[in-house]
Amino acid sequence: MTPVLEIENLHTEIDGNGPPTRAVDGISLDIRRGETFALVGESGCGKSMTALSIMRLLPEAGRIASGAVRVNGEDLLALPEAAMRDVRGRRIAMIFQEPATSLNAVMTVGRQIEEVLERHLNLSGGPARTRAISLLDAVGVPDAQRRIGEYPFQLSGGLKQRVMIAMALAAEPEILVADEPTTALDVTIQAQVLDLLKKLQVERGMAILLITHDLGIVAGMAQRVAVMYAGEIVEIASREAFFSRAQHPYSRKLFESLPGAARRGAELAVIPGQVPPLNSAFHGCRFADRCDFVHARCREESPGWTALGGEHKVRCHWVEDKLKGSRADSAPASEGAGAVKANPADALTAAPGGAAILLSVRDLKVHFPIRKGVFKSVVGHVKAVDGVSLEVAAGKTLALVGESGCGKTTVGKAILQLIRPTAGEVVFDRVDLTRLRGEALRKRRREFQIIFQDPYASLNPRMRVEEILSEGMSALGLYAGKASLQRRLNELLDQVGLPQAALARYPHEFSGGQRQRIAIARALAVEPRLIICDEPTSALDVSVQAQILNLLARLQRELGLAYLFITHNIAVVEYLAHEVAVMYLGRIVERGSAGEVLGSPRHPYTQALLSAVPSIEADSGRAVIKLEGELPSPVNPPAGCHFHPRCREARPECRATYPGVSQLSPTRQVACWLYSNKV
Amino acid sequence: MPVMLWTDALIFLLLAVVIGYFYYVSRRAHMLATWMRVTESPSGMAALVVLGAFALVGLLDSLHYRPTLDQGDAQGRPVYSVEVLSVLDALAAPLRQRQERTYSAPFDTRAYARETVEVPGEQGAPGTQRREFPRLQYGGAHLGNEAGRERDIVVSGLQGFALAALLWWGLAGVLAAGMARGTSSGAGEVLQRIWRGETRTPWRAVLIALGVLCAIAGPVLAWCTKYHVLGTDKVGQDVLFLALKSVRTGLVIGTLTTLVLMPLAVVAGVTAGYFRGWVDDVVQYVYTTLNSIPGVLLIAASVLLMQVYIDTHPELFPTAVQRADLRLLFLCIILGLTSWTGLARLLRGEVLKLREFEYVQAAQAFGVGHSRILSRHILPNVMHVVLISLVLDFSGLVLAEAVLSYVGVGVDPSMTSFGTMINAARLEMGREPMVWWSLAAAFVFMFVLVLAANLFADAVRDAFDPRVRVAGK
Amino acid sequence: MLAYIIRRVFYAIPILIGVNLLTFALFFVVNTPEDIARMQLGVKRVTPEAIDKWKAERGYDKPLLLNQRMDGLRAVTETIFFEKSARLFVFDFGNADDGRSIGHEIATRMWPSLALALPVFLVGLLVNVTIALLMAFFRATYLDFWGVVLCVAMMSISGLFYIIGGQYLISKLWNLVPISGYAGGLDGFKFLALPVAVGVIGGVGSGARWYRTFFLEEMGKDYVRTARAKGLTENMVMFRHVLKNAMIPILTGVVVVIPTLFMGSLISESFFGIPGLGSYTIDAIQSQDFAIVRAMVFMGSVLYIAGLLLTDISYTLVDPRIRLE
Repeated sequence: MTPVLEIENLHTEIDGNGPPTRAVDGISLDIRRGETFALVGESGCGKSMTALSIMRLLPEAGRIASGAVRVNGEDLLALPEAAMRDVRGRRIAMIFQEPATSLNAVMTVGRQIEEVLERHLNLSGGPARTRAISLLDAVGVPDAQRRIGEYPFQLSGGLKQRVMIAMALAAEPEILVADEPTTALDVTIQAQVLDLLKKLQVERGMAILLITHDLGIVAGMAQRVAVMYAGEIVEIASREAFFSRAQHPYSRKLFESLPGAARRGAELAVIPGQVPPLNSAFHGCRFADRCDFVHARCREESPGWTALGGEHKVRCHWVEDKLKGSRADSAPASEGAGAVKANPADALTAAPGGAAILLSVRDLKVHFPIRKGVFKSVVGHVKAVDGVSLEVAAGKTLALVGESGCGKTTVGKAILQLIRPTAGEVVFDRVDLTRLRGEALRKRRREFQIIFQDPYASLNPRMRVEEILSEGMSALGLYAGKASLQRRLNELLDQVGLPQAALARYPHEFSGGQRQRIAIARALAVEPRLIICDEPTSALDVSVQAQILNLLARLQRELGLAYLFITHNIAVVEYLAHEVAVMYLGRIVERGSAGEVLGSPRHPYTQALLSAVPSIEADSGRAVIKLEGELPSPVNPPAGCHFHPRCREARPECRATYPGVSQLSPTRQVACWLYSNKV
Repeated sequence: MPVMLWTDALIFLLLAVVIGYFYYVSRRAHMLATWMRVTESPSGMAALVVLGAFALVGLLDSLHYRPTLDQGDAQGRPVYSVEVLSVLDALAAPLRQRQERTYSAPFDTRAYARETVEVPGEQGAPGTQRREFPRLQYGGAHLGNEAGRERDIVVSGLQGFALAALLWWGLAGVLAAGMARGTSSGAGEVLQRIWRGETRTPWRAVLIALGVLCAIAGPVLAWCTKYHVLGTDKVGQDVLFLALKSVRTGLVIGTLTTLVLMPLAVVAGVTAGYFRGWVDDVVQYVYTTLNSIPGVLLIAASVLLMQVYIDTHPELFPTAVQRADLRLLFLCIILGLTSWTGLARLLRGEVLKLREFEYVQAAQAFGVGHSRILSRHILPNVMHVVLISLVLDFSGLVLAEAVLSYVGVGVDPSMTSFGTMINAARLEMGREPMVWWSLAAAFVFMFVLVLAANLFADAVRDAFDPRVRVAGK
Repeated sequence: MLAYIIRRVFYAIPILIGVNLLTFALFFVVNTPEDIARMQLGVKRVTPEAIDKWKAERGYDKPLLLNQRMDGLRAVTETIFFEKSARLFVFDFGNADDGRSIGHEIATRMWPSLALALPVFLVGLLVNVTIALLMAFFRATYLDFWGVVLCVAMMSISGLFYIIGGQYLISKLWNLVPISGYAGGLDGFKFLALPVAVGVIGGVGSGARWYRTFFLEEMGKDYVRTARAKGLTENMVMFRHVLKNAMIPILTGVVVVIPTLFMGSLISESFFGIPGLGSYTIDAIQSQDFAIVRAMVFMGSVLYIAGLLLTDISYTLVDPRIRLE
């Protein structure tokens, strides 16, 4: 088949202070009609710049230095700007990561779609409107007639991304460039949107260039895959070849660093070091400094392509040598993605019953008043947390799972008394924290600490690491005296694996993963027994995430820490949780040991949530349970079971009253009418 | 006998604060890096040179003393004049003392108004009276023949220019030699690099600005002892001298006002944003109320209040200069009290965002007290807002002084300022031909000062504002 | 929405009370009428009789807050506070020192003020937005660079210079329009042309530069990239997308001054001899007529608060995110 899009030796540079950054450094690929081609890589590898280069929509400091981008043989880079505008939206369309900011906030969605029709198809007025409505229908926006006159802020994130897709498809382009199209969406909505893209592709025979960092999405969507590292493509393969026998050491590391049930108790693979700065001159392989199989030639000579049969090729001296047989002896013990040393002592079935309960939350409620009217009277409450009970055992990990807006972060802050709960009790080590005030509460604070999601917002840019780490100790009066403080600081840095020299430096001098280590050390400084981890790895790349997860696991083993792990990432939960609680709209719908909840979910929401997670195990056999609609507003939750409007198994009683808790096993509870008679 | 006026004391306090701040900055790498970005802006550095020249004039004019009178008292103790002079007055004594009787145009040798002069009659015949433009007492008095005036102006101008050029070359040489020290390259090589604009700090812009300053100052210095370079005003004072004296007034208003305004705005804005609740309500109420009163009227009312106070307590002010000085200080305080609201509002918004930052919550999770959170986490992270708004305010205040003095609620009429200069000259607009030099001098001096301040403020903002940095990437 | 506006109106009341108390304190408590009389009469003529006469003429001879010589309600009403401050709330401003009714003066003088201030405001906004849009459209070219340089230079020039320079050049040298004066109706054009032009030019530097940053900020946003990705021309991107979004902060930001346009501009009016409220205020300040100053302070506050209210309403009109919520 002839390729519809060919990229040949594309170089894109971004000017800045000093030498230009070579964001895209000589990549070549081609995409066929009706094919989905995935471009995978971690942040900063140049995959988004590749997409913007294709569209010729680079930021002002960026420019395409050389190369060719051909659509059906026509070189886009040679076109004058006016002709390029006829290509954009008509022959190549693009959707972006953030649907919230990518739509014009003060223009109705209908107008924004009609604009494309006017520009490229000369449709306007009534016909354009009819066409726009049918497009919205096609992308599954319910009630398109009405929605067409609405503004983006009136739509949820998922609907906004559907509108973006409708806009992209309006002029029936041959190629769709999708830059992380679902990264900003929740996992159940992500499943909907990916499904839609697949369906539309089959209907229209479009080629899709899918840019993503998520190997699970690649496994579900792509026919072919290219892995990008430091501005270059290092491996191209068909999906089957890639997922069964990825060859480049970097690709393999990406697989090995993925958390998941299969790796429980084992260390995740990590990639040492960092991506080299792209404005330096490279001699040899760009991955050499981080590679386990590096040898002298890697540092001298940039590797060329090595064909591995079929469409599989890779840029690596080690693979090339291995193929020639000269270095077969140095092949690693582990082949492919699956090899893992499981730790039998920590099987999924291990019940936490033995450990003492450290934290016990009873019927916790956090309601925020809504004020309205002339006198700002309280007209209602946002029931962010509405009766949550959970327990964390000493030295164990409870994962609190849910989608954005379900109230899980508020639970964490309410436990720490950063937000005072409206009702309920938070019993920590036999003391109810909600009753403590002032000094009494302050004294207890050393025992529970928090780690946040964003490593950039969680460290004060004006403080040196030393000041950051000692802040908690001095506030709580620990390690007074210069010598003991210094010893403690050194010990902390050792624990989180940072050099002693870090103390005198400022946060901006560190990478995201290192910053997260500093944040962990800050929490550790006061010797807490419980750490609330609020999405500590969701802002990090997968290889860095692996480092942090390894660190957290090690600290738990060594220090006997208990974690309340707040996350939406199921793979992380599978990897490290002992117990799991699933939250939906302010309440916990199911909790139990990790094996029970993840292995055989009972609540329809848990089932849908787990099935929606993209998996790298191709054809894992489980069918995705499609959830209709989106999370309702916690201001006005549906009557009865909050989940019933989206539930496949909803019954009359679900609409009437919220179900009670059914105890299915000593460790498992479910709040669902399906199980209410089994108590 | 040295005299320390209130504004003098505050100016030197401010100077000490600024020096202290830069010492503090020099020991903190990340703050130093931000300031280094300011020094990388050519327009900002050129503006800094000009501002430096103005500041030098202002500082010289802030060292006051009362000169000793020649005759001591009976016991032989020195007696001090009631007149308070500054070092600038002493340095510019030739300008200050050579007072004509009334207007004269720049470089003119004759007055601007006809006077009746006695022409002595020939050989004892009775003198006649004639209306004519009389020769000036000082301006061009050294000339035997007025016809030689143009030539004399050109010659002494060139002499001054040559001296200035020499000085400029010397400065450039010293700079290059200093930069070459410790490196392998020679001073000549360094000069070439500077000239090609290859240095990190834009020394070329600095040298050009210095060069232009020297090229103007040299000839003016050469002329000013012989002529009235910018003419004289109604009572015959040298306009160049008045313009130089106005610089201090402008600088005082531009800087001391911010000194008053900053603590108020910081305290109000930061506490409102951090504590929210009733503190926020009170602060918002106060600043909405103050904002709702038209600024000029509020200032007018307060200035009248101050005037009443001064009139009823004459005993507090031994000299006219001290009275004018206190009025200037009050004006700064009043301007500060009425204009802190903008900065407070900015800070409140910024702190509202900051307090939700995770590092603030992390500190709260340790039980760190409010005062420590404010001083360690909040304040250092809003200081860039304060700094940007202070440098941006400066030029607005200098311009505002002129308008207020025009309305009659500005500085004391006896104090020289751009506003009083414009105000006095405005009345002569209708004269035919127009007396333009006073106005022109005030406007040009003010324009250069404000332009330099604006350019420098832009450089500071570009370096400190995170939003500008992101947009620039 | 309606409830919101009603609440804002209620919120205005404590602010007006605050303004009132502040002016009362400034004019009667900190500066007693006696002080003012002494200053106005001058040192030479100050006798207790003269002061009493001065006070009686202006109605300042009553107690400040409580008249103990009166009974009942009149103990409160026969005071300076009630007569001079509380009456402002019903827009009863009393008489100026020359005996004329301040309320009447305000009613007649605000129209000339408006005739000058409104064109300055509208033309100025149009000119500033146009220039800013041009600079943003040609961003990072020489046009943009020199435009910004010119703006910085223009905003560094004192407003007084524009007025004096304009009068000298246009009126005196070229004799195009009279130097100063005012006439109602169409005749007013020749008197107003120069002050309006001067007002607009004086504001271009800071205005255009300020709005340019709004446009540039909008142009860096994601939706602009989306619009370009649709294949829209740069004109369409600019006028359909960027302009509309950037006009929201611009419009809602300027709405606050609309009511205060009635107050006129102090400097312009007095230079150009326009009999508006601005020159009225300046004359009052210079002749220390406190009754007028108090009245203008109160008027200014009322109009400013009206401006705040208009700002809130304008947000709901131009921004669908607020209109529909």
